[in-house]
Amino acid sequence: MSVVTLTINDQLVSASSGETILQAARSVGIDIPTLCYVEGLTAHGGCRMCLVEVEGARQLQPACFLNVNEGMTIRTETDQLREYRKMIVELLLAEGNHTCSICVANNNCELQDAAVEMGVDHERLEYTYPQREVDVSHERFGVDHNRCILCTRCVRVCDELEGAHTWDISGRGANLKMITDMNQPWGESPTCTSCGKCFMACPTGAIFQKGSTASELDHNRAKLDFLINARENQLWEL
Amino acid sequence: MDLTELENIVTKEAADRKPCEIRCCIAAGCLSANSNDVLSTLRTAVEDSGMADRVNVVGVGCMRLCSQGPLVGVDIDGPLYCRVTTDNASSIVATLNGGQGEAETFEREDPFFAKQTSLILKNCGCIDPERIESYIATGGYRALHQALFELAPSDVIETVTRSGLRGRGGAGYPTGVKWATVAKNSGERRFVVCNADEGDPGAFMNRSVLESDPHRVLEGMAIAGFAIGANQGYIYVRGEYTLAIERLNKAIKQAGRMGLLGTGVFSSPFDFRIDVRIGAGAFVCGEETALMASIMGQRGTPTPRPPYPAEHGLWGMPTLLNNVETFANVPDIIRNGAEWFAEIGTPQSTGTKVFCLTGNVVHNGLVEVPLGTPLRTIVEEIGGGVPNGGQIKAVQTGGPSGGCIPQEHLDSPVDYESLGKIGSIMGSGGMIVMDDQTDMVDVARYFMEFCMDESCGKCIPCRAGTVQMKQLLSRIVDGSANRADLERLEKLCDMVSRTSLCGLGQTAPNPTVSTLRYFRDEYESRLIDSTTAKANSNGATCQ
Amino acid sequence: MVNQQTSKQTAGHPSGDKRFKLLEVAMKRHQYRHDALIEVLHKAQELFGYLEDDLLYFVSKRLKLPPSRVYGVATFYHFFTLKPKGRHSCVVCTGTACFVKGADELLECVRDEIGISPGETTGDGGVSLLTARCIGACGNAPVVVYDEEIVGHQTNEDIRSQVKGWTIGSDGA
Repeated sequence: MSVVTLTINDQLVSASSGETILQAARSVGIDIPTLCYVEGLTAHGGCRMCLVEVEGARQLQPACFLNVNEGMTIRTETDQLREYRKMIVELLLAEGNHTCSICVANNNCELQDAAVEMGVDHERLEYTYPQREVDVSHERFGVDHNRCILCTRCVRVCDELEGAHTWDISGRGANLKMITDMNQPWGESPTCTSCGKCFMACPTGAIFQKGSTASELDHNRAKLDFLINARENQLWEL
Repeated sequence: MDLTELENIVTKEAADRKPCEIRCCIAAGCLSANSNDVLSTLRTAVEDSGMADRVNVVGVGCMRLCSQGPLVGVDIDGPLYCRVTTDNASSIVATLNGGQGEAETFEREDPFFAKQTSLILKNCGCIDPERIESYIATGGYRALHQALFELAPSDVIETVTRSGLRGRGGAGYPTGVKWATVAKNSGERRFVVCNADEGDPGAFMNRSVLESDPHRVLEGMAIAGFAIGANQGYIYVRGEYTLAIERLNKAIKQAGRMGLLGTGVFSSPFDFRIDVRIGAGAFVCGEETALMASIMGQRGTPTPRPPYPAEHGLWGMPTLLNNVETFANVPDIIRNGAEWFAEIGTPQSTGTKVFCLTGNVVHNGLVEVPLGTPLRTIVEEIGGGVPNGGQIKAVQTGGPSGGCIPQEHLDSPVDYESLGKIGSIMGSGGMIVMDDQTDMVDVARYFMEFCMDESCGKCIPCRAGTVQMKQLLSRIVDGSANRADLERLEKLCDMVSRTSLCGLGQTAPNPTVSTLRYFRDEYESRLIDSTTAKANSNGATCQ
Repeated sequence: MVNQQTSKQTAGHPSGDKRFKLLEVAMKRHQYRHDALIEVLHKAQELFGYLEDDLLYFVSKRLKLPPSRVYGVATFYHFFTLKPKGRHSCVVCTGTACFVKGADELLECVRDEIGISPGETTGDGGVSLLTARCIGACGNAPVVVYDEEIVGHQTNEDIRSQVKGWTIGSDGA
């Protein structure tokens, strides 16, 4: 694996070829916001939060997908990018039914963090108030579709890390919905191993652990990092 | 199969040809006007009149003038009858014996035909699409033979590059360059994919070609396969196109039986299989990465590019993806040479393009013209303008990804660059004429609703942004929006087009942006805080 | 939902329905490949008319695919339907050419006549109303497909009388 040098926000960065812009940036402490990305899982490229400007490219590129190249010049923070990211968060807030004050994930929510970071102090778009369900049929977990941002982290973690592929996504467009098996109550799913990885991966309060209060709802992302490291690198670092 | 056998088929076809041929269109347009019954009436009439030995009745593909169907033509240059019914069909047969034809005729000298140039549609409406011999008789599969035995793969690519052919799917990427890229990328296997998922509403060029001349596309794909070193091709066809699917399957079978496809094409070491993959009703599958996902049996959601299909396509292998019309151009380019093709059209946009002329225009149907033809020639001369002396307000090109070209730009030539400059795109070839009664804000709302329904939902800007934009447009149509809403709409248009994952989202705002550019007053006059709003408060069309 | 008996059998379905055998043949032709899922669903819908959960389970089992993935694919494509269709279908084309020529009004007419919206079926299972994204018969716009038959140049009167004919027909039967 060869080493390439690129420029991110006027800073010279060296990275190994095969790494993504996101990995290269994070390795030197430059943070690029993401919502659907989870280190160690296949990139999804759907949230568009990590879009960056690549010099010479016509279009904005997702940092989670784009591989580093020798001599690239990248900008991760421009006024325009900030405005777009802010609008993405607003679109998400208008699309679902997100009420932080009554959410178990209050203060433990990546969408909420993003909203704070992007300075979303009020919603400029119209709320759509969709009719969505809550499924608490599983003995340990529940899923509240009102809080789901359709990032598919649960699908990928269940498929790639647990190997059960209980979760998938159904419908399309504004009718997307996360499903367990044949769109049946989660509690009746024959494939679910109750491992809880989907809960650990969920960025919002959509998948939650039963019986926990808001203050206890820590998604424990570190546990996922541990598992991925153990699986892929055979290194068990707690 | 070798060259002599191919020649024998040509000779036999010529010898078997009866002195007179009556052609009845049985492509989808005319079928919807009952042409199947007309065809059988014609057959019976010929039988009954005892002329079966010298008159042949064939069901053929599209004869272009779809709005006047069912169409029946006597020989290639004889009279063309339109709106034929089962009642007057037999009178056409009677004319061969000096009788009086009762059906209306359409002048072949009419600008509708006279102003067209036929390359891709050359055989449409002339040959029997269900018999491979009929295609071979027009010189079919000679180009494939020529490529295999007289040219090296690199020569084929070089010829296509020099011809200047550009992708007919809409974006206009140089075809030769694409082929060269796929050919040089390494992989265990390579694939050729033909995109026949013609999803734009108001566009049916590809369907017409597949229904009327399927072998032309197959031959083009096989030549591409030889050029890039692929042994497997897929044609991804819309599920709605049942007739095209049926004819393609038949054509593939016939070509396979003759040794023109499959193992050892023309008894050479080159193998090439083609499989049909049927779409299942998702517009987004016209996007290349979504189309490939669908071929692999998955949800048709796109993935970011790079990596491009040319390096990482089907099952991670280098994959060549071209539109039906692009492949349909290839056999003629090989046969007649790159220079011949490059002379047609303009230096930057060579060749011809097939358009579907529909909407408020006298002659609806298929139109093939050299690129660079002024829009006015297509709409006013070939199309005959708006019926009953109405005024053209705008012409919509490029479907939901395109834009509305106002009347003042009608003299602009139709080529990739010129359309881009005036805020539209070539697209796959839909061309919808709108008269002065058309409400442009409602048109923008219609296209936005289309994109909203067809969004796969993978990326947030397209999934949620189209919902917001459609809501804003509906409110403007209703007259319940204010100036701030219009500003918000424009902001969203910019944001969605810049941040969406695939072409669907990136181009979804185009119809809105182009109508805002040319018909802004129609938007502004409906805002509640505009002074003229009161006059139009009933949502009436503003003119 | 998962039928335990199914797993013991090598082919067919415990119901003994012959159509499952035909579906099995189609899957075999595709060598039970995962990428043949859409082709198999096309075949399943052709045989059964619509894709119910039990059928989707059967497909997922045979192709050895996660049930959620099969369900996800089946619901992504508009061509697949998970609910039974009516005895008659009325598909109004809403392509651009038809839109320009008044397809909206045709839909309005059907709604007035039998009180259903696109995607719905009348309570007695008589008529399904659907829309299509361009049938490609734009020259004859507006176009409606009545029970697989494409008919062009439709007026409000045409569609009303056709749909009315069906509902009266089913009453008489």
